[in-house]
Amino acid sequence: MSYPTDFKYTKEHEWIKGDGKVATIGITHYAQDSLGDIVFVELPKTGTQITKGKTFGSVESVKAVSDLYAPASGVVTDVNAELANSPEKVNKDPHGSWMIKINLQDPNELNSLLSAADYEKFINEETAH
Amino acid sequence: MKHMTRKATRHVSQNEGLIFEKSSPGKAAWKLPPLDVPEIDASKLLGSAERKDLGNMPEVSEIEIIRHFTRLSTWNYAIDLGMYPLGSCTMKYNPRVNEVVARLEGLANGHPYQPERASQGALRILKTLSECLLEITGMDAITLQPAAGAHGELTGLLMVRAYQESKGTPRKKILIPDSAHGTNPATAAMVGYAVENLKSNSQGMVDIAALSGQMNQDVAALMLTNPNTLGIFEQEIEQIAAILHAKGGLLYMDGANMNALVGKVRPGDFGVDLMHLNLHKTFSTPHGGGGPGSGPVAVKNILGPFLPKPVLITKPDGTLGFEYDRPQSVGRVRAFYGNFGMFVRALAYILANGPDGLRQTTEDAVLNANYIRKGLEGAYDLPYSTPTMHEVVFSDRRQAKKRVKTMDIAKRLIDYGFHPYTTAFPLIVPGALMIEATESESKEELDLFIESMRSIAEEVEEDPQTVLTAPHSTRISRLDETTAARKPVLRWKPAAE
Repeated sequence: MSYPTDFKYTKEHEWIKGDGKVATIGITHYAQDSLGDIVFVELPKTGTQITKGKTFGSVESVKAVSDLYAPASGVVTDVNAELANSPEKVNKDPHGSWMIKINLQDPNELNSLLSAADYEKFINEETAH
Repeated sequence: MKHMTRKATRHVSQNEGLIFEKSSPGKAAWKLPPLDVPEIDASKLLGSAERKDLGNMPEVSEIEIIRHFTRLSTWNYAIDLGMYPLGSCTMKYNPRVNEVVARLEGLANGHPYQPERASQGALRILKTLSECLLEITGMDAITLQPAAGAHGELTGLLMVRAYQESKGTPRKKILIPDSAHGTNPATAAMVGYAVENLKSNSQGMVDIAALSGQMNQDVAALMLTNPNTLGIFEQEIEQIAAILHAKGGLLYMDGANMNALVGKVRPGDFGVDLMHLNLHKTFSTPHGGGGPGSGPVAVKNILGPFLPKPVLITKPDGTLGFEYDRPQSVGRVRAFYGNFGMFVRALAYILANGPDGLRQTTEDAVLNANYIRKGLEGAYDLPYSTPTMHEVVFSDRRQAKKRVKTMDIAKRLIDYGFHPYTTAFPLIVPGALMIEATESESKEELDLFIESMRSIAEEVEEDPQTVLTAPHSTRISRLDETTAARKPVLRWKPAAE
């Protein structure tokens, strides 16, 4: 699975795609693969303020419940309602199945995140030992 | 399948339906004698609250009930059938002598509301067990009340909170290593603390530099399992304790892995301030469905005033009794001073073994884990090469290349007649296989286990599909856990007519 180069990534395995003031957020292929079959996605409501580095929701798989960490700060403008009934979409197409869209507080925050190449390097180290 | 050994027997019956499915109208397993008192009209007494329709209650005969539940009972895997290598769970043999003692008439029929003067024997058991556990742990005082390990953790952290409050502030955080049992952060959150994750170093131990950096006046305590969940002894434990104590923090030890230490080293001697024990792990009382558990908490004197009340004391006249006047106590945490039946069994185990026997137990548990490590090293990836104590953690890294994961190997192990090992824990090892044989197993049983695990590793290379679709010898093969979680069916309903 290749990691889109127009996304930025966190070490907590979220991706974010910025487009001016707006950004789309989801979890990576590596995240869904380590979680296994996802059975529930808990997301914030539209209008919620999320803060970079803090949790904004959670994903539950047959193995575990994991927090979702905000790659950037902003206000939630849209939530992918489809995931409530079809959480398996995150497993099937992690980079296409977005979770939330936000209005970025500061688009420059994305610059501090990992590029696709850096992220791939990071996950190779994660699985190395 | 070529050199397959099967240990637990397969049973003759096929799958068993629900008891509701066996129901047919009019059958009953009871017959009442004729009424010999005046009949009462329930509707007059209860009015509209009288229930006439009992819903779908199964109507079956007595022998159908007996057969149904007896068949179900034969599906259980048990330590009495074979090895139960669940890492971190210490599924050791529950000696029969424990059961003999627990069934002695005076103990089995004793009542918790008997007055203290009529319960001196039972209280003496609590006292003797407390003394033994204090000697084994090197601590100063103990409560036997908590009903299991996580309950012990809760009790311990309530005491941490009370202690820190007595010093001025409860503080804000609990430090927890990334290798910890999941109950540790859950407990800290229950007691109102924020959890701060502590990274392990490349040897699988607490990173001393990270701990020094994270330790400050906001940290109430560190919760540490020693040996940790990788089966590795925290070699810098004294330094860890010193770092905490220097800034007023406490060292809480999760005693889940005490089976690796009994009779060899004492947590009280290496800086631990408080800890819980799992009598249902280390001290051979039944674990899992057979429980109940028991999670005594032992503390140093500085924490004594905060122990749950009542506290067992020797009165001036030499008799034993409970003391309730403990103004700084965190309060009662369990009715009747805990699960008494487990105290009897644990004490029977301790006294039957004696100090040398307990030491031998520890040595054998560590020996068995290392024997398994040696036997499986060639077949499975060993992520941490640091010396192994009472359990060993492999990863599925080699098998994952064939898309076979730890859960698949565990399911296949069922076909070989063993209970699965612990899968996917600790979290710091991706695809973990966590194996703990305990001292109960003979070399012959360990050899059978190693041979089975090696055979599965060969199957993964030659015929991964067999492993991916296992188990094959059970009534029901691979369950669809995902659909069960996504679309749970929580109650049976009769088929529409």
